[in-house]
Amino acid sequence: MSALPFTPAESARIRADFAILTRTVRGGRPLVYLDSGATSHKPRQVLDAERHFYEHLNAAVHRGSHLLSEEGTDAYEAARHTVAQFIGSRDEEIVFTRNATEAINLVAYAFSNGAAGGGGGAGERFRLGPGDEVLITEMEHHANLVPWQEVCRRTGATLRWVPVTAEGRLDLTHLDELLTERTKVFAFTHASNVLGTVNPVRDLADRAHAVGALVVLDACQSVPHLPVDVTELGVDLLAFSGHKMLGPLGVGVLWGRSEILDEMPVFLTGGSMIETVTMQESTYAPVPQKFEAGVPVAAQAVGLAAACDYLTALGMDRVHAHELMLVRRLLDGLATRPWIRVIGPTDLHDRGSVVAFVADGVHPHDVGQVLDDQGIAVRVGHHCAWPLHRALGVTATTRASFAAYNTAAEVDVLLAALDSVPAVFGLEVAS
Amino acid sequence: MDLYQQLILDHAKERHGSGLREPFEAQVHHVNPTCGDEVTLRVHVADGVVQDVSYDAQGCSISVASTSVLHDEVTGYPVEQALQTYEAMRAMLTSRGRDSGDEEVIGDGVAFSGVAKYPARVKCALLGWSAFADALVHAGVDITPPAVAVTTPVGVSAVGSLHPTDDKDPS
Repeated sequence: MSALPFTPAESARIRADFAILTRTVRGGRPLVYLDSGATSHKPRQVLDAERHFYEHLNAAVHRGSHLLSEEGTDAYEAARHTVAQFIGSRDEEIVFTRNATEAINLVAYAFSNGAAGGGGGAGERFRLGPGDEVLITEMEHHANLVPWQEVCRRTGATLRWVPVTAEGRLDLTHLDELLTERTKVFAFTHASNVLGTVNPVRDLADRAHAVGALVVLDACQSVPHLPVDVTELGVDLLAFSGHKMLGPLGVGVLWGRSEILDEMPVFLTGGSMIETVTMQESTYAPVPQKFEAGVPVAAQAVGLAAACDYLTALGMDRVHAHELMLVRRLLDGLATRPWIRVIGPTDLHDRGSVVAFVADGVHPHDVGQVLDDQGIAVRVGHHCAWPLHRALGVTATTRASFAAYNTAAEVDVLLAALDSVPAVFGLEVAS
Repeated sequence: MDLYQQLILDHAKERHGSGLREPFEAQVHHVNPTCGDEVTLRVHVADGVVQDVSYDAQGCSISVASTSVLHDEVTGYPVEQALQTYEAMRAMLTSRGRDSGDEEVIGDGVAFSGVAKYPARVKCALLGWSAFADALVHAGVDITPPAVAVTTPVGVSAVGSLHPTDDKDPS
């Protein structure tokens, strides 16, 4: 816990790498971007890496034998190595996808395809059917919820879920009844994109493994914000997106333990992912290629690797410490405003860098509009976690989310702007 | 902010015609998938006249106030005229600010002209109105605009959609 937030001088240097932070919005106001949980901005180093790929190495990688193809393939595989190092994995355990949603669907469809006798793997554990159960949680993003609903519909398996407490933590009271021999998969989020809650992954993974379930982790809100080592987490499969971690749009990652990926049936099929093809049937390439059908998103992967390098240079422990400092400042400020209620844990214990809240008498959409008018970008709505909002008895929330480039001054701008909200709607608040 | 006209704030606070009433010929439920706002809306049509629009709305000030204005601007009017009001409101809201609205046609609806400049909020303002048009269809009313009307076929096809929006659900 010795890592410190960035100093003002360090913050200024970081911000100088993000050109978009210098633009103005809504009548010349400086941009205060507090929506990195939706998508982060990209530093010059990431854009340069993509541009360099297109200007010097561009080729359809893993096919062809000309020089560009060789060098492009080398750059793509080097990117895989960098991403692997970033999360403590082996290279062949990294599958590049288009985003985290596709990564989770890849796993979900593997179960569907396994149930239908799909090829590319022989794993009995990927055969889902009636009597089997898929366990998720009530705090999942739709991306880790809807694919499992669909799998259950296709295979006849039953979907169950762990509820959340009023404070916004997982209610594990009845986990033993939910996580049983019938459970084939336990899919849950590492850090909630609404509540900021960081779940006890290792403990949950161990309990899932004790009943023979596979563990799938949505790491979209953890890998960009805190040090993540897949070997320490103890999960089987893990998904995250590039664009939320200073990387480009259009690239995501599925990490899986080698023996799991080996057994897993294929999802998207076509070029690149085959070993042999006849008119009757095909055999498939070893992992990770068997999950990378089509021309790979090489430039985006290279950009993502540059983002990993950038974050590594900052130090993920310091990124985490910096973001938690901002969360602390915001939570403390909100606590002095009794007309605002935080949705999610208000202590920093096991907490990520998003803060969701509701204001008395003002709909979150209206809160967001007033903030936007003052140049502050926050997310409003249900943040693709509609069931979670229903469970907590709110239609929608306003959410501020942080990245390494945010500053304490920006938190103060947000708090001051919030104070202007009630008056716009003719409300008076007790100060 | 010119978006939040006093009239909008007043309608959001005091919702005209709020509550579900009988009799009615059709009831619909529309949602805004981006934010979870929802409206349950009933229409009562008799003798070619919109006799009542009753609703239960949950949402932001823009969507709730717009539904309140809808109640005022269509209740008691011939169906044909109510549909013209709907089309004029829709045209203004989707104009990106080029159409500032005709007070003669949409009455208090002109207070929402500022919404058109905020594309993310257009569907908020349209929620109740789209529900109204859909409810008329369910009530057996032909809402196809006459050939002479200055509307595009796009508007017609959007009517009746459960998600009355041209945008994709961003979630």
